[in-house]
Amino acid sequence: MGNVMSGTVDASEIAKFEAMAAEWWDPNGKFKPLHMLNPLRLDYITTQIAGEFDRDLTTPRPFEGLRLLDIGCGGGLLCEPMTRLGATVIGVDAAERNIPVARAHAAQSGLEIDYRHTTAEAMAESGEQFDVVLNMEVIEHVADPLAYLTACQALLRPGGLHICSTINRNPKSFAMAIVGAEYVMRWLPKGTHEWSKFITPEELYQLMRDAGLHPVDRKGMVFNPISWQWRLSDRDLSVNYVTAALKP
Amino acid sequence: MDNPARATILRRMTSDLIIVGGGLNGATLALAAAEIGLSSTVLDANPEGVQRATGFDGRSYALALTSVRLLQALDLWADLAPDAQPMNRIRVSDGRVGDAAVFLGLDFQSAEIEEGPMGHMIEDRHLRAVLMDRMAASPRITHRLGARVVAQEISPHAAFVTLEDGETLSARLLIGADGRQSGTATRAGIRRTGWRYGQTALVCAIAHEKPHDGTAHQLFLPPGPLAILPLTGNRSSIVWSETDAHAAAFNALDDADYLTILRPRFGDFLGDISIAGARFTYPLNLTLANAITGERLVLVGDAAHGVHPIAGQGLNAGLRDIAALADVLKHAKRRGEDIASPVVLARYAEWRRFDTATLALATDIFNRLFSNDNPLVRATRDLGMAAINAVPEARRSFIREAAGLGGDLPEMMRA
Repeated sequence: MGNVMSGTVDASEIAKFEAMAAEWWDPNGKFKPLHMLNPLRLDYITTQIAGEFDRDLTTPRPFEGLRLLDIGCGGGLLCEPMTRLGATVIGVDAAERNIPVARAHAAQSGLEIDYRHTTAEAMAESGEQFDVVLNMEVIEHVADPLAYLTACQALLRPGGLHICSTINRNPKSFAMAIVGAEYVMRWLPKGTHEWSKFITPEELYQLMRDAGLHPVDRKGMVFNPISWQWRLSDRDLSVNYVTAALKP
Repeated sequence: MDNPARATILRRMTSDLIIVGGGLNGATLALAAAEIGLSSTVLDANPEGVQRATGFDGRSYALALTSVRLLQALDLWADLAPDAQPMNRIRVSDGRVGDAAVFLGLDFQSAEIEEGPMGHMIEDRHLRAVLMDRMAASPRITHRLGARVVAQEISPHAAFVTLEDGETLSARLLIGADGRQSGTATRAGIRRTGWRYGQTALVCAIAHEKPHDGTAHQLFLPPGPLAILPLTGNRSSIVWSETDAHAAAFNALDDADYLTILRPRFGDFLGDISIAGARFTYPLNLTLANAITGERLVLVGDAAHGVHPIAGQGLNAGLRDIAALADVLKHAKRRGEDIASPVVLARYAEWRRFDTATLALATDIFNRLFSNDNPLVRATRDLGMAAINAVPEARRSFIREAAGLGGDLPEMMRA
């Protein structure tokens, strides 16, 4: 695309996702695994936000008054639900092509969402502040995870909530996420992930602490190939997992 | 595509749901949706009064335990309980017309399972009146009578319906609760598969001399099954299946002659019997919609699956649809998902597909097996019944199935 990317985002990673951007909202398209995972991510995110900010999820707009940033917003799979729940949402993506796709879809859905083509680092430099930062399936694609998490921390108000999901690094995650999802199931284009960039939960916890975040929760996101469903697990963090951390 | 006017339309939608059909299923769904915070517009093509006729017309339902739980979850049961008859026992018998008291096979008592009565009999008029009152009282429900839908249009982000007078209404999700001839399904291009059995159910309420003690009877007679289901007082509801020709002939008779035909089938275990309400006939058929969801569209109840009324499974299946849909919509809403997106509706379709297919198949096999006077078939089914009767686990499983406790239960149907 020729746009000059700054910060820690790896340019070759962005190009891979740009090629897929138009397919974001097709539940049976190339982003099928993300659509399948999305309800579980939303369950985790909504429960964490409701708990941290004492909100009642049975009310029509429980997240009213909360300012939320979604990093790597893609087509808006998380931004739209968060907006429906009442949050003021800003979605940023380093891949420029995702922005018009996400904007067009939000307009069709009758939702007002501020989508920007920028990076977490650039947002942090401009001094923006949020109650919640969503950092979902992004960190395994960045060049410098600590610098990236430091920017995420800077974007939070004191007491703010940081939710981060990624993929563990071990032989099983290699088999599941790369061989399984990319080669066997063809859920993701080959080369979507680089196994060496995957991060173990312990590494992520240490990185978050180094970045000034206080980790409070972690859960595994486990796919059952028999029932064809995802579920949250307290113990099995062997492949996909999600964490919650607070800014003191 | 991203016309800004569209966003304005979407913010001004008539309600979250438009429910076409204001019968038992449509009304219960509107109340379940209100319970989870969704607004509904219920469109009933019938004019004022049809849903609220107060006299007893003989129609009644065998509500499974799980259906009762749904009505409890919706806070309706306290108003219904005084008019409901608990079913504590089901006796299943095989017989021939004229062989009185032919009890042979199965005897199930709810004492064998811990959940309580297997079900309750409720008259249509009581159920309908409570549902209509509650709809009127709910701030989240707009109930419109005499509102006939003539057209519907689904855009990627909203569903629109046009009424006879030209008015257009919009919602996120359109529900077809408009029965086995569902216009909503037809307009959406959803075809149906169905077959007839060549049999017709004769339905009416019977008054009898002796108390029924809360026992339901299922008598399998060669022309077709006869169900005797206990109503409040010394009354029972019967569902009596005969070949189409016989049913038409019996239906043409006056009450006295009708009873003359019924008595040898019914037997004399409840003393003398008389007719206690209007008589109805329903041709027995099975009709399944080829899909129960479409774009921004969901079918519930008979619109999705019209099963024939053996053991009252039609309404129970509809209420299961409603409880499952309410579950799916509740979670979607809590997550902030678009409640009518394909991924959300697929969860409902998946959940109901297996249940519906099982029910249709079981109903079909049941009917074919028991509407048969072939001695070999009779011997086989008597042996089968005796076997089920002898094995406590099989008995409990049958009772739990009759109570609706099989399968994956929606939240509103759990204890």
